[in-house]
Amino acid sequence: MMPEHDFGAHMEFPQPDIEAQLEALDDRMTHARSAREKSALRAERRRLERKWAASLSAIERVRMARNPARPQTLDYIAALFKGFIEIHGDRRFADDGAIVAGLGYFNRRPVAIVGHQRGRSTRERLERNFGKPRPEGYRKAARVYELAERFALPLVTFVDTQGADPGVGAEERGQAEAIARNLELMGRLTVPVISCVIGEGGSGGALALGVANIIVMQEYASYSVITPEGCAAILWRADGPEKVAVAAAALKLSAPDLMAAGIIDQIVAEPPGGAHRDPAAAAKNLGAAIKTHLARLSKLGPAELRWHRERKFAAIGAAFIERRSIASRADIE
Amino acid sequence: MENAAERQEGMADDLWTKCPACKGITFRKEVERNLNVCLKCDYHFRLTVEQRLAVTIDRGTWRERFAELAGTDPLEFIDSKPYPERLAQARRATGRNDAVVVGTGKIEGQRAAVGIMDFSFMGGSMGIVVGEKLARLFDYAAEQRLGVIVFSSSGGARMQEGALALMQMAKVALAIGRLRDARLPYISVLCDPTAGGVAASFSMLGDLNIAEPGALVGFAGRRVIEQTTNERLPDSFQRAEFLLEHGMLDMIVARDRMRFTLATLLRMLTSNSRKAAPGRGQARKAHRS
Ligand SMILES: [Zn+2]
Repeated sequence: MMPEHDFGAHMEFPQPDIEAQLEALDDRMTHARSAREKSALRAERRRLERKWAASLSAIERVRMARNPARPQTLDYIAALFKGFIEIHGDRRFADDGAIVAGLGYFNRRPVAIVGHQRGRSTRERLERNFGKPRPEGYRKAARVYELAERFALPLVTFVDTQGADPGVGAEERGQAEAIARNLELMGRLTVPVISCVIGEGGSGGALALGVANIIVMQEYASYSVITPEGCAAILWRADGPEKVAVAAAALKLSAPDLMAAGIIDQIVAEPPGGAHRDPAAAAKNLGAAIKTHLARLSKLGPAELRWHRERKFAAIGAAFIERRSIASRADIE
Repeated sequence: MENAAERQEGMADDLWTKCPACKGITFRKEVERNLNVCLKCDYHFRLTVEQRLAVTIDRGTWRERFAELAGTDPLEFIDSKPYPERLAQARRATGRNDAVVVGTGKIEGQRAAVGIMDFSFMGGSMGIVVGEKLARLFDYAAEQRLGVIVFSSSGGARMQEGALALMQMAKVALAIGRLRDARLPYISVLCDPTAGGVAASFSMLGDLNIAEPGALVGFAGRRVIEQTTNERLPDSFQRAEFLLEHGMLDMIVARDRMRFTLATLLRMLTSNSRKAAPGRGQARKAHRS
């Protein structure tokens, strides 16, 4: 079976020896007598943290991104926005808990907010379908995109899903159409759109919240065309952890990979060990990134904002195209 | 992919064709003369790009564009073999650089911009080159004031190009947005099979969505849904008829009526285009207000 619901994989420090070393350092730090000794210990700690971060494998990063303890959309909304008012429903069929949407103030400026919500407790996860939206979730998001456009509100989105719900009802109600429509709709907005990848960005189900002027990604988030499990099942015809790890590495789904590919605009630093170790610090970094980009985008006019976004997506991948003459059979009649 | 193997098996004999639906055996030439539709049960065999062109475009009017665009190996992806080897193999087999052919041609005298996906090229998967060629097709059509028709047939986004492939879904959707602002029609023809990231972008964004009879169209893979929900799905699930019933398609059109239907729709939708369509600049201005 494909571990589609692999949320239980808690993995804070994958190498216990490093964790023990950090704890020992912290202990020495509390007993340190001189400022010089303290700062030396601090430097040593940073070196160890960097070593740990560099040693993370791709699949370990995916597990970090999936960790249920990690701050989710509602946590960031609470930390970064004032007076959040949630809105519900797609006016067609239902309200989808896998997507949270609403209006709130970011630094005294009203903005529209849309994000995936995976849930933390068993009950909440079930209510939110593990953060896997159904078409009604995407249609609720579309309503907010339209509100943002009509009332000239900047849009901030939080991406955190393994993917859209693979279910019979979702197919019946047009999952493909709902996602496709959002891609076009987000593309044509004339307001600033900032997308924050805060957990796992999984395929089209993530991208339906991701067609933004600026995409920022947290240090240990991932973004991929398919889950490593799905990729291993199709390309390696295997579901063992070994092949899943190989697939994760092959997909180049980490924040530095996405930065190198020219897809994202900024990697937002997380506290040592990941956002869940210090959610307030994680939110502070993310808020600072949103603030910077929003200020920059706000200098652009409506038509320029759409043009900026169109140019961004038109350019993605262009560097990897070459011209290769080929005697196409289609020319032969 | 499994259906492709089945089809291969059906084609084992040069003279005879076995229909995968009714298992009937017919003279191959006779099936071909019938637009590759089974004479006994109307099963629509998958068409190659060349066959699709032959049954759709007026003779001597096809002009391919952007054929020289070719992909590289951005992720240095290796599964059971390196991605460049897979690409080379698909290129040898199809005589094409990638999984879509785009160009212009006439359909019963109506000039149109046309894209045809090649399912035999890595399952018609969409990577950077497919995204780029389709986006350029839509922009070229907007510039030349042509309607667009895309025949989809694809397993989805190309995994070997990772998130870069995923982003092509948006790249093409944005180009469709520009065509729409120019008030030019886009007709999507969904052929067997259209799935995943291709279904969830340009295939479902037609002003009109048309499918061939029996075409498999859906977002999630059948096996994934069965594994997740623990239920067996009927064969009718995610077929064109299922989509029509659920309001996702405008019509199902049999192959012998496709040309006529497309030409008629293009004629109707573009008959007032000079009067109705503001120029590109005007469309932008209109959008701002
Ligand atoms: Zn038959």
